[in-house]
Amino acid sequence: MGKVAIIGVGQSSFVRGYAGSIRELAFEGFREAVKDAGITSKDIGASIICSAPEYDKQRSPAGVFAEYLGLVPQPTCYLESLCSSSSMGLRMAYSLVASGLHDSVAVIGFQKMSEISSAESQERMGRGADIQWESPFGTMMPAYYAMYAQAHMAKYGTRPEDLALIRVKASTYGQINEKAVYRKAVSLEMFSDPGSPMSGPVASPLRVGDCCANADGSSCVIVTNEEKARSLSKKPVWILGLGAASAPVNLAGRDLFTGLSVARQAADQAYKMAGVTPKDIDVAEVHDCFTIAEMMAYEDLGFAEAGQGKELIRAKETYKEGRIPVNVDGGLLSKGHPIGATGGSQIRTIVLQLRGEAGAMQVKNPEIGLVHNIGGVGLYGNVSILGR
Amino acid sequence: MAAKKEADIRFSKFGTVSFTAITKVNDFVDFLEQGKVMGSRCKDCGLMFFPPRADCHNCLAGNMEWFEVTGKGKLVSYSSLAFAPIGFGDDLPYTIALVDYGQYKVFARLSPGLKPEDVSVGMEMKTVANRLPNGQLNYVFERA
Ligand SMILES: [Zn+2]
Repeated sequence: MGKVAIIGVGQSSFVRGYAGSIRELAFEGFREAVKDAGITSKDIGASIICSAPEYDKQRSPAGVFAEYLGLVPQPTCYLESLCSSSSMGLRMAYSLVASGLHDSVAVIGFQKMSEISSAESQERMGRGADIQWESPFGTMMPAYYAMYAQAHMAKYGTRPEDLALIRVKASTYGQINEKAVYRKAVSLEMFSDPGSPMSGPVASPLRVGDCCANADGSSCVIVTNEEKARSLSKKPVWILGLGAASAPVNLAGRDLFTGLSVARQAADQAYKMAGVTPKDIDVAEVHDCFTIAEMMAYEDLGFAEAGQGKELIRAKETYKEGRIPVNVDGGLLSKGHPIGATGGSQIRTIVLQLRGEAGAMQVKNPEIGLVHNIGGVGLYGNVSILGR
Repeated sequence: MAAKKEADIRFSKFGTVSFTAITKVNDFVDFLEQGKVMGSRCKDCGLMFFPPRADCHNCLAGNMEWFEVTGKGKLVSYSSLAFAPIGFGDDLPYTIALVDYGQYKVFARLSPGLKPEDVSVGMEMKTVANRLPNGQLNYVFERA
């Protein structure tokens, strides 16, 4: 079985209230990826369209997008695993290419969240949990992650200020990422300033500043076999390892509340497949839908021992110049989190980093990068390891 | 012409807003009415399930019996909400929580009389059936 490469990446700007329809939004990420790869729509053998359902009126968006993007009559389908949809799309594209069924596949992620109100959006996200047994208690995504934060604080002495430091880091890079939805600085002081919106309570112990920015956006990743990658691309990035796992949807079915079992399992698989260890990772994108999620990712991915994630951020080791740079594009916290597009955007960031094309966000000479993308509250987890 | 059999939608009584009307464990709601919080146990392999389920994935069978959630569990974690999803705003402020009974765990809310500052992780709690102001049924945690 030959190697599988990524030869093109693209994303739209992540924005509030995208002024266009979902097919037009998808076109933006797709166009950038196709131009990046230096190919045409005709070179793409199949497409996988990824998003979290119920944000749009359009049923079965795959066919609509394929037609609009010039990907007809090639096969297309819709795939979802909530916020990790496009990383799951990468996994499926890998298997379609590695099997020899297709020599190239486009993974297209999108989300237009602004067509519904914030309260409606929270209600839909809440229904990504167990609607029979948990949603009737009035659950929301931030409150679930807040329960993980509370447990992490109780067990390890992690402080709210440690979480705030993660948001401060995200804003450092959100300010220099022209595709980020939140471009402003966030300081630690804002979290204790009652006059700052960042300090407002959401779900204890999480505050407004601990939560990612909703956004509209699209992303696209073009995956090919080795032969096609070598003939088409000067700088192919290879998919070295892929891991994926699921967990009980109901918190009552879980055993771990200071980390995400899906992340640990997916990371183990991906490290093993790639034949690398956490120490070999030069740059990472992790799923920081909430600050606590990045803290747990440090530990679940093996960048820090369990409970020691706070030391990493206190020492700024996850900044661009640190030992293991994490989310130096602003992350979900500042770049924004258009659910179905998020994984593809994380992959794009790592591909650009490995090619040395990340501009002001470039870390020094990375060879191996990692993408950690979580769906729901640790319901689905994907870890992908990429290399030059 | 025979009268159409009425659908058994008892589960629509569960929670502030129920998103499920019909389930094979509808009797759970009748037990709640009687003040009992019940889980299910597989008679073949002994696995205990909370929340209760009609089918055992271990035995691929539906040979279940009810058991009552009694005694003390330990508070695993909790969070107090400042915002609520649509339909839950009248309940604010409320605190969701998880309690570990060893063989199973229970997800619910703290009793409205319990403030989040009154609890801490590891504290002993009990689960009690509860009637909500809107007439719906759920279960909540109280200090054991
Ligand atoms: Zn059984």
